[in-house]
Amino acid sequence: MTAPMEATEVRSRLLALLAAIAPDIDPANIDPTRELRDQFDFDSMDRLHFAMAISTEFRIDIPEPDYPQLGALQRACEYLQRRLEAGGGH
Amino acid sequence: MQVEFRLPSLGADMESATLTQWLKKPGDSVRRGEAIAVVETEKGLIDIESYDDAAVTSLVVTPGAKITVGTVMAHLTVEGAAAAPAHVPVGQPAASAAAPPTPAAAPQPAAVPAAAAPPAAGRLRLSPAARRRAHELGLSPEVLEQQADAGVVHVEDVERLAAAARATAAPAEARSAMRSVIGSAMARAKREIPHYYLGHTVDFGAARAWLQRYNAARPVQERLVEGLLVTKAVALAAAHVEGFNGYFRDGRFERAGAVHVGTAIALRGGGLVAPALLDADRKDLRTLMHEFSNLVARVRAGHMRSSEFAAATITVTSLGEDGVETLYPIINPPQVAIVGTGRVAERPWVYQGVVSIRPLLAVTLAADHRVTDGRIGSRFLQAIAELLAAPERL
Repeated sequence: MTAPMEATEVRSRLLALLAAIAPDIDPANIDPTRELRDQFDFDSMDRLHFAMAISTEFRIDIPEPDYPQLGALQRACEYLQRRLEAGGGH
Repeated sequence: MQVEFRLPSLGADMESATLTQWLKKPGDSVRRGEAIAVVETEKGLIDIESYDDAAVTSLVVTPGAKITVGTVMAHLTVEGAAAAPAHVPVGQPAASAAAPPTPAAAPQPAAVPAAAAPPAAGRLRLSPAARRRAHELGLSPEVLEQQADAGVVHVEDVERLAAAARATAAPAEARSAMRSVIGSAMARAKREIPHYYLGHTVDFGAARAWLQRYNAARPVQERLVEGLLVTKAVALAAAHVEGFNGYFRDGRFERAGAVHVGTAIALRGGGLVAPALLDADRKDLRTLMHEFSNLVARVRAGHMRSSEFAAATITVTSLGEDGVETLYPIINPPQVAIVGTGRVAERPWVYQGVVSIRPLLAVTLAADHRVTDGRIGSRFLQAIAELLAAPERL
């Protein structure tokens, strides 16, 4: 198994995925602890697209009940690091 | 055989568009459904698709030109077509076929060499074609001023400036343009269509439980969303209950042969569009979800397809998980019905003789009283509720 991914790398890859889903988002202005829904008007389809993109990018499956953990950037980073440390992705 | 390729109808609220780009040039071949040009509307960029397998003979309209629905954009050669089908899609006003050719289609005079006449200070020098384009595009002399330093302003400069101006237009301005097209379409709907409204509370428990089981067994990419079950239920009900799927035109109801469900999609920052999921009653959920997901992604990226705009025969609009419980929609003319759903909310409900907590969905119908009345509207809503109670049938 590869070494756990650095938090900064997870974060920058997540930001790239967000930018692809919502090109109008400025990564410099993102508040990592605030809900994407409140911050950028993310709706359920955006959240689904985010989950799909993460699943492809990090090669992990994300169970539907876990979707809320992807609701804000910081929480999504922490969730992903936990999942990646537990193995199954790279 | 030569056919005229015209700007198709892009829905009730869009009567004109600006040609942004040709994706094909004379001599190129184009397949049916393939994009041939990109136009810009108040609702974003839309790919204009060919109705035929054909070869491009000539391009009539110049990028930057604002054209009305029905304007001849290009001439195509269709191979082996004996009798030309109508190249004007359903939903298109017949009168627009006679729209005058756009002035921009006129051949442009050769550009005046810039070196020949240095510009006099303080006075803009525009080539005649550039002057005409600048006027058409609404570019002010001030906008062109900076170009004067470089010499004579040619038509290409005007196009470039106009494109740059559009690209940097304040989002608020784009929103207000969209607000105005939505406003005029909805004002027309309220003025012309005698709406009636019905509402029904649907126990969404069976649908939700079925969906959770379905999704738990599948990777993220293959999962469905709740709204899709509603869309499919509406499509099936519209195919079976007469009077909700089609158009009201020329004083009478025209039933549509296929069910194309317009799906209202909100844009970030305001505004919405309602492109269609084609043949929604005949496609399985997996296919529909794939198309819906693509549709949302393309709409949010500001890029849609012409076939999805002209086609909707009925519309579904949903407030999604974050909305309130009930919504009262307005019909999108010339359609005759629209179904609205709020958020699924957990509420006390009598279920199997006991008060229990159930997920409930408020489904509303706005329909055209010239076509149906409350009695049949009630059957339509009940058909939707029955389908949602038996999701395995969707």
